[in-house]
Amino acid sequence: MEVTFQFDWAAALRSIPHLLPGIPWTLLISFGGLAIGFFIGIFFGLLRISPLRWLRFPAILYIEVFRGTPILVQVLFIFYGLPQLLGGPINALTAGIAAIAVNSGAYISEVVRGGVQSIERGQREASLSLGLSRAQAFRYVIWPQAFRRMIPPLGNQGIISIKDTSLFSVIGVGELVRQGQIYIATTFTALEVYFMVALMYLAITWSLSIALRLLERRGLVGQ
Amino acid sequence: MTQSKTTTTPIVRMARVNKHFGNLHVLKDIDLEVQPGEVVVVIGASGSGKSTLIRCINGLEEFQQGHIEVDAKELLPDGKSARALQKIRTEVGMVFQQFNLFPHLSVLDNVILAPMKVRGWSRADAVETAERLLERVGIADQSAKHPGQLSGGQQQRVALARALAMEPRLMLFDEPTSALDPEMIGEVLDAMRELAKEGMTMVIVTHEMGFAREVADRVIFIHQGEIVEQAPPERLFDSPQNERTRNFLSRVLKH
Repeated sequence: MEVTFQFDWAAALRSIPHLLPGIPWTLLISFGGLAIGFFIGIFFGLLRISPLRWLRFPAILYIEVFRGTPILVQVLFIFYGLPQLLGGPINALTAGIAAIAVNSGAYISEVVRGGVQSIERGQREASLSLGLSRAQAFRYVIWPQAFRRMIPPLGNQGIISIKDTSLFSVIGVGELVRQGQIYIATTFTALEVYFMVALMYLAITWSLSIALRLLERRGLVGQ
Repeated sequence: MTQSKTTTTPIVRMARVNKHFGNLHVLKDIDLEVQPGEVVVVIGASGSGKSTLIRCINGLEEFQQGHIEVDAKELLPDGKSARALQKIRTEVGMVFQQFNLFPHLSVLDNVILAPMKVRGWSRADAVETAERLLERVGIADQSAKHPGQLSGGQQQRVALARALAMEPRLMLFDEPTSALDPEMIGEVLDAMRELAKEGMTMVIVTHEMGFAREVADRVIFIHQGEIVEQAPPERLFDSPQNERTRNFLSRVLKH
C-alpha cells in the first residue's frame, strides 16, 4: 500500500482570501501590544537602574514574573482568569493586546536597562560637568545614544511578539492561525493552509527586518 | 562681602579633605587654595590620587571628611550638596582624558547644548559664542561634523571649546593629552597655553613636565594621596626639597 501525498498548489492559493482577514488582527495585536509594551519597558527599565532599592524592587519583580512565565499561560490567565476577579468578561482582542504588552514589556525593560547602562560613564560626567542636571543629562545625552543601541534588540522583540500572537488562537481571537484552523475544519487541507499561514508570518517579520535594517543604517551615522 | 579684605578670595579652597575607597585612603588631609588667575599643575604617579583630587573640586568624586569651597559655594562630604553642586559645575569647566564628546551630536551642537539648556541662551547667541570659540581652537571649519569624524587632537580642542562656552571661572584638566597620539599633543597644549595667557584660572593634571614648567604658577606633587610638595615650577623641578619628589622627577625626567 503506497500513499503518495501531493502538495496541492491550487488548494493553497484558494486558502489565501480566507486567511487574509487574519492579518489585520495579527498586526493589531502585535503592534498594539508592542506599543504599550514599549512604554512599560521604558518605565520598568528605568526603575530597574534606579539607585533607590525600593524603586528597583518592583521592577525586578515585574520582569521576573512576566519573563519567567509562558505567554500562553499569561493570555489564558487574562482571558479566563481575570474576568472572575473583575466580575465581567474581557474580550479576546483586549486580552491578546494586554498579554503582548505585559510580556514584551518585561523583555523591553531589560533592553532599556542594557541600552542605558551601555553608555560610557564619561558621557554622564561630561554632561554634569557642564552644569546639566541629571534629568537633562539623561534626556539630551544618555537616552538618544541608548535608544540607538536599543533598536536591534527591540526589533528582535518585535519579531518574537508577532510570532507569539499565533498562540492566541486558543482564546478565539481571529488572527492568522485561527483563520487557518477555521478554514481547515471545512477543507481538510492542513498541509497547504499551514504552509500559507507560515508564509504570511514570514512576510510580516521579514518586512519588519528590512525596515529595521534601514533604520539601523540611518541610526549609525555619526555612531 | 567685606570690603576691608585686601587679599583676593581663593576660587578653590580645600581644607583637610579626606577620601576613602573602602579600605583605600585615596586623599589624605588635602589642603589646597587656588587664587583667581592662577595656573596650578598637579603631578604624581598614576594612582597617586591626582585625578581624584581635581574631580572632587566639581563633585564628580565624593569625599568623606573635610571642607571644599568653590567659587564661594560649599561642597559637603558624601555628596550631600546637590543644589550647590550644579551651581558650582555651571561655573567650573572640565576637560577629560577621553574627551567625552557627545557622539550623537555635531561639533556645533556639542558646544551649544549646555549654554542653551543651562544658561538659557537663545540658539543664536549660543551659536555665535560657539563659532567664536571653535575659531579660536582652530576647528571652525569642522563644526557640522560629528566627533567620530575628527582626530583625537581635534576632539580634545572641541571639548575645550565646549567647556569654555559656559564661560567658566575655573577650568579643570584631567590628563588632557594622555589619550592623544604624540603628534597631536602639541595642538592641545597650544590651546591651553593660549587660555592661560588670557588669565583663565586652571588646575591641570598632566604628565607633560615641559608644559608644566612653562605654564604653571605653582606645581603640586602628590604621592599616595598626600600633597608632598608644592612650589613654583623652577623651584620644584630644579631643587625639589622632598626625597619622594626627587625620586618621582628622576623617573619621569630621565627620558
